[in-house]
Amino acid sequence: MNDGLSTIEQQITSDYKYGFTSNLEADQAPKGLNEDIIRFISGRKNEPEWMLEWRLKAYRYWLKMEVPDWANIKYPAIDFQDIIYYSAPKQSKKLNSLDEIDPELRRTFEKLGISLDEQKRLSGVAVDAVIDSVSVATTFREQLGELGIIFCSISEAIQEHPELIKKYLGSVVPMTDNFYSALNAAVFTDGSFCYIPKGVRCPMELSTYFRINAENTGQFERTLIVAEDSSYVSYLEGCTAPMRDENQLHAAVVELIAMDHAEIKYSTVQNWYPGDKEGKGGIYNFVTKRGICAGVHSKISWTQVETGSAVTWKYPSCILKGDYSTGEFYSVAVTNHHQQADTGTKMIHLGKNTRSRIVSKGISAGVSHNSYRGLVSVAKNASNARNFSQCDSLLLGDRCGAHTFPYIEVKNNTAQVEHEATTSKIGEDQIFYCNQRGIDTETAVALIVNGFAKEVMNQLPMEFAVEAQKLLAITLEGSVG
Amino acid sequence: MLQIKDLQAGIEGKEILKGINLTIQPGEVHAIMGPNGSGKSTLAAVLAGRSDYEVTGGSVEFLGKDLLDLSPEARAGEGLFLAFQYPVEIPGLSTINFMKTAVNEVRKYRGEPTLDAAEFLKLMKEKMNLVNIDKNLLTRSLNEGFSGGEKKRNEVFQMAMLEPRLAILDETDSGLDIDAIRIAAAGVNAVRSKENATLVITHYQRLLDYIIPDFVHVLYNGRIVKSGGKELALELEETGYSFLKNEMNIA
Repeated sequence: MNDGLSTIEQQITSDYKYGFTSNLEADQAPKGLNEDIIRFISGRKNEPEWMLEWRLKAYRYWLKMEVPDWANIKYPAIDFQDIIYYSAPKQSKKLNSLDEIDPELRRTFEKLGISLDEQKRLSGVAVDAVIDSVSVATTFREQLGELGIIFCSISEAIQEHPELIKKYLGSVVPMTDNFYSALNAAVFTDGSFCYIPKGVRCPMELSTYFRINAENTGQFERTLIVAEDSSYVSYLEGCTAPMRDENQLHAAVVELIAMDHAEIKYSTVQNWYPGDKEGKGGIYNFVTKRGICAGVHSKISWTQVETGSAVTWKYPSCILKGDYSTGEFYSVAVTNHHQQADTGTKMIHLGKNTRSRIVSKGISAGVSHNSYRGLVSVAKNASNARNFSQCDSLLLGDRCGAHTFPYIEVKNNTAQVEHEATTSKIGEDQIFYCNQRGIDTETAVALIVNGFAKEVMNQLPMEFAVEAQKLLAITLEGSVG
Repeated sequence: MLQIKDLQAGIEGKEILKGINLTIQPGEVHAIMGPNGSGKSTLAAVLAGRSDYEVTGGSVEFLGKDLLDLSPEARAGEGLFLAFQYPVEIPGLSTINFMKTAVNEVRKYRGEPTLDAAEFLKLMKEKMNLVNIDKNLLTRSLNEGFSGGEKKRNEVFQMAMLEPRLAILDETDSGLDIDAIRIAAAGVNAVRSKENATLVITHYQRLLDYIIPDFVHVLYNGRIVKSGGKELALELEETGYSFLKNEMNIA
């Protein structure tokens, strides 16, 4: 009856509720990367010459770069010549009914409370005629179009809106920014483009559209969102449902641009395959996300719930260029088994009277490692800059790790920068208290973890908050005895 | 409803309970008194199923079931409630959400349908009035930043919500002033019924001015050394526990 810790150890048995399926018929490029492959990709996408040149320039730059090794993560070296960089988005084999799906996966869907139709779409079952997802998506698109909002794939935008793409693509995350952003610039095949014209408030969470319209997300995604003066948009990337993907390496780039008085709210729920409990397999998620508050009184807010991937390396950042602009970063990162996450943000204060707020909640279980890495930088001319950072870590068991790496660079003496950090463990006494009220240990852990993450969860669009809460519980299932 | 026979238990190899015998019938209020270190809180923890305590002998039957064989959450499901001496804080979790989960988990255990939001709110309002607790307290993070009195009142509210067959109050009066004791006791009395029993664990007699026991037991050195009516509590208050020690030595 005693020896609580060993119970915790024994109970770390929960598996990812999902296995890979491999039935892709692909129209694909040969393995490896060279200029011909990039020409092949650009050709398949029927891209204009300037786009191909842009890609080639990025590729040539990438060749001279080295894989970054400063993050607190360990993984075997990636062979970049062993990757297929282009695979046409052919539909995988359609299943006839949900009965053909792995029952474990169905159980996860049910726990998440995902509707039957969406379950079918996510798992590749042909959706019947009752809900025609294409027509719903089209309706949304028409509604957005009337307001002058452009929302389409990045490939489509290159064809249809070259002037906007030329102006903004790579303007926040230059191709030369880092190893993975250069690679992404050379080979990206997928992603979204969103443009909100002056004075327009996007009437729906772009997640609504996304959930209905999303196809399998690409390996090298490229997202670009431009919000003109006094506009507003809320965008949700990802899905609480388990994502199936054949590709081990993911290197996305997201760029946000907010003009005067504009606001962009970008929320992410990331649940890629984390690998098995021995740490085999799993997605490497190397993401570069950055937004610029280019105009006065503009605001960019990042919210992320990271529960998946074997390795996560991402730092959604804000460049606060406009005076009185605001940057926010709210993050929950959960790691279990052998997962590793090194995530955080950079708040670069350039304008006067700029504000930033960082709330990071790291939850570690199993033998995982969870690091917060953040930079708050106040430039010489950024008078009256304010930052508040709070980094809390919660440990489940005693074999996991939580690390905090805050960097602060202040070059203006009117700045106010505050940093608070706490580390706590889920206590046996908290669990017993719940048990005594009739709540089993698994549910107790879910309650405690969601309480811990509440401040961040509250930032999520309503429709996702409930699912994300359940997702935290599922990710940590069985991690405490 | 509760039959404790020769219960022996300890922690980390140290024996604390050395053979407890106690029978509680529905509708009764029993008080267990005793000096610090006599094993009062250990008894409460063992009955609730705290895993760091080890039962080394004896048996406990609760409503016809072997209590010691049940998990802590199953004991709660069977109708056993422990009001903690030191209620635990859970940041970010409101008492309302906590109780909604608890009430429904217990209902599931009993094979009863779970309550939806409206039904739960109705039940909550009823119990809030019964134990006279402020709603603001229930929307705050569970026990976080609560005063001693607020924590104990919250325990009594939870007890009212879960409608236990047997409520164990572990030193509910500790750290409270007389007004707070009176409020907590009024809540406990409001929840009492002919079907339910209460086991009050306390060091001092003063709580028993407000929750009148049918039986008083004196726990000393891991054994119940004396049992009697409510007058025993008064006797103890006058003479103190040192008198008891002398008596024991003579015996």
